[in-house]
Amino acid sequence: MNEQQLTELIERYIGGEMSPDERLYFEQLRKSNPEVDSAVVEHTLFAQQLDRYAGVKDFKAKMTGVHNTLAQSGAIAPGSQKSGGRVVQLFHRYKRTAAIAASIAGITALSISVLVSSINPGAPTADIANLNRKLNELNRKNQEQDRAINKVAQNVAAPVVSYKRGGTGFLVSTQGYLVTNAHVVQDATNIAVQSNSGKEYATKLVFTDAARDLAILKIVDSAFKAPAQLPYSIKKGTADIAEPIYTLGFPRNDMVYGEGYLAAKTGLNGDTLTCQISIAANPGNSGGPILNRKGEVVGVLSTKQTSAEGVVFATQSKYIYQALATLQEDDTAARRIKIPAVPGLKTTDRTQQVKKIADYVFMVKVS
Amino acid sequence: MKDQQEQELLKGLAQSDRKAIETVYRDNYNLVQALVVNNGGTADDAKDVFQEAMVVLYEKARSAQFKLESSIRTYLYAVSRRLWLKKLALQNRMQVVADAEAIDLDVAEDVADEAEKARQHIAMEGALGQLGEPCRTLIEAFYFKKKNMGEIAALLGYTNADNAKTQKYKCLMRLKKLFFAQAKTAS
Repeated sequence: MNEQQLTELIERYIGGEMSPDERLYFEQLRKSNPEVDSAVVEHTLFAQQLDRYAGVKDFKAKMTGVHNTLAQSGAIAPGSQKSGGRVVQLFHRYKRTAAIAASIAGITALSISVLVSSINPGAPTADIANLNRKLNELNRKNQEQDRAINKVAQNVAAPVVSYKRGGTGFLVSTQGYLVTNAHVVQDATNIAVQSNSGKEYATKLVFTDAARDLAILKIVDSAFKAPAQLPYSIKKGTADIAEPIYTLGFPRNDMVYGEGYLAAKTGLNGDTLTCQISIAANPGNSGGPILNRKGEVVGVLSTKQTSAEGVVFATQSKYIYQALATLQEDDTAARRIKIPAVPGLKTTDRTQQVKKIADYVFMVKVS
Repeated sequence: MKDQQEQELLKGLAQSDRKAIETVYRDNYNLVQALVVNNGGTADDAKDVFQEAMVVLYEKARSAQFKLESSIRTYLYAVSRRLWLKKLALQNRMQVVADAEAIDLDVAEDVADEAEKARQHIAMEGALGQLGEPCRTLIEAFYFKKKNMGEIAALLGYTNADNAKTQKYKCLMRLKKLFFAQAKTAS
């Protein structure tokens, strides 16, 4: 017997459609087999649910019909007409709540205004005058504070600037004018120079010429003591090929001496502004003076060919004069720059020369 | 004499007799509507409440061990009042209901029973809605309209009664499943 047949039997059993014999047999089956019994109970309950559902549904449908009939005939009060539109309905529904809310709000507002007026008995004029005086006093105090702050501010040391790049520069006048490369001081916010002995001086940029890669700085630090006389001169003409030269620079924190010779009268690709030299140069040597045997500046070390070893270029020294001339046009202080015509160390030997010149070569620090 | 009449009406209600429904409706609706409308409800609310109360009465009348301890009017009023209070509580609008009639009838149990039955009613409605055709028609024809399988086979175009029986069995199983699933989610 499968479940479908069982269900059918159960339905016939509940419906009382079984013959007495069949019924007896089925009841015995129920007793002997609990599964059948539970199926009968379950199905009976569900059938009742269904039956009840059908009955209530039918009853409700009839009621709706009755309601409509009665409402039409006027036997029951037509509520929807009585209550009017939606707004009226809402009004009726909420009028009590609204009335309570409104009275609470009214009472609260009244009591707050009473409270405020009792606590706050007008503003007498004496108070206003007092306030005025207090304001003046405050003003005075503020000024005192400002003065105190100013005093403190004056005592505070200038913020420490950390310099990121650097190069080399050398004095061209005893007033503190230095020559270096334009690319060394490019995009600089702060420039300082440091002497070989380690003293640092604040400096400002007074002239740049990007084409010749020259820049002129001026030491503006009051701590700077003007030296006596420049120990070197600056050559107005061009140096000769094979002339031995040397340079002083700051590729690291200490001054480094380098030796070489003039390799060509022109620079890269026949550039007449520069000349080629053969010397060991590193980043940091830029802006350093190129000096010859007599202690004459013949150029300013500027660039290095990356594709070849030992090929360095220097701006020719005559352009220093040009740069100074341009500067002197609008800087009256610069007009006093006097460059010695003859190098002072002409006869001194190299070691003594360098010792002397070292005081005039500075590390340029840029941030 | 009046008792006799009321018993007749209850019998009529139990059989879903339209005349009995109409009589009870006419005699009691206005009272309930006044109660609901005077206590913050609309006419539609009143109709819902009254019809729910009528269903409670209908269920009671149908059960074998039923015995009404009061008049139909008092019973309907008491049930309606309780139902309406419950609805107000659900809307968080607790109010003191102004009674039109003094009542001392406890209908809490009946109303609670009805709430449970109403849930089952909704579950069944949902299950039937999900059942789909032709199952729904088949089930309704067999269980609601009490048609026999031969008629149903003809109605739905099955070749014979046995085919219809198999189909009915399958539909019934599905309906049971749906109903119990619905009842579970509803509770």
